[in-house]
Amino acid sequence: MESFTPVSALAGGALIGLASALLWLGNGRIAGISGIFGQLLPPAQTVIWRLLFLACLVAGALLASWLVPGLGVGGPAGRPAALVTAPNWTGIPTPIWLVIAGLLTGLGTKIGNGCTSGHGVCGLARLSARSLVAVAVFFGVAIITVAVTRIV
Amino acid sequence: MPGSRTLPYLATAAVSGLLFGAGLYVSQMVDPLKVLHFLDFGAIANGGWDPSLAFVMGGALVVMFIAVRIGRRRPAPLFDEAFHEPQFTRIDRPLVLGAALFGVGWGMSGICPGPAISLIAFLPANLWLYLAALFIGSYAGSLIVPSGRGRRLTAARGVPAE
Repeated sequence: MESFTPVSALAGGALIGLASALLWLGNGRIAGISGIFGQLLPPAQTVIWRLLFLACLVAGALLASWLVPGLGVGGPAGRPAALVTAPNWTGIPTPIWLVIAGLLTGLGTKIGNGCTSGHGVCGLARLSARSLVAVAVFFGVAIITVAVTRIV
Repeated sequence: MPGSRTLPYLATAAVSGLLFGAGLYVSQMVDPLKVLHFLDFGAIANGGWDPSLAFVMGGALVVMFIAVRIGRRRPAPLFDEAFHEPQFTRIDRPLVLGAALFGVGWGMSGICPGPAISLIAFLPANLWLYLAALFIGSYAGSLIVPSGRGRRLTAARGVPAE
């Protein structure tokens, strides 16, 4: 198996769950990153906590990479973080490939009202039918996309 | 919106963000290749598949499921007047279309919005380019299909919906 890491996956997942639980029980907010990010734009009403959350999202990854170094990518002891390169057969330059991926992800998560965290973690935990459909669709389409592009 | 600028409210948002970012690093979901090795179901047959992402989702879901059950027995969260539970429940075309577009973007890159933003901690090449595209895509989406919140705001004619 390609470097299967069940322990760090479960531990990291539990931390993500704890973060979502805290935001829900403390502030009554869904910890959906695309929503927190996407609603920074007008007509945003509540910008301060969103910016604070996102800044701390970055700080949390950085701090953890110092406290528990060398788990995977990032931090002083990890492999350097890298985005993907475009598959050769497409002939598309990598920066353009990444811009297309970013545009589709931004657009899709906005009109679909959520991403892996909002629909995937919070929505499924709330037993939301909308989230179940969204999760099935984006996982299914992502699996097909990887198969078609042969990116790995 | 009342309460969203109080110290406990902002501290909760900050600690939640810190835990979330730490979780993304610890689970290695900040590594696009690790995510792609999960999405690569074609590799199941030859033993090259990495099921880690399912364990990340599972770990997060168990904790959040318990939190939602605790929340159901309370009238309100600790630091706000009400739970901001999405009220829109219809499974409509924008939901499915949006999820499909996101699926393509996710499969092309191995990053979704959470890891993308937390990767600012490690600054891989082309990250700012990707984040700019993410932001523009999100803004374009808000112009094309108003979100549930946007619809409520429009309905309320300028009265803050939150």
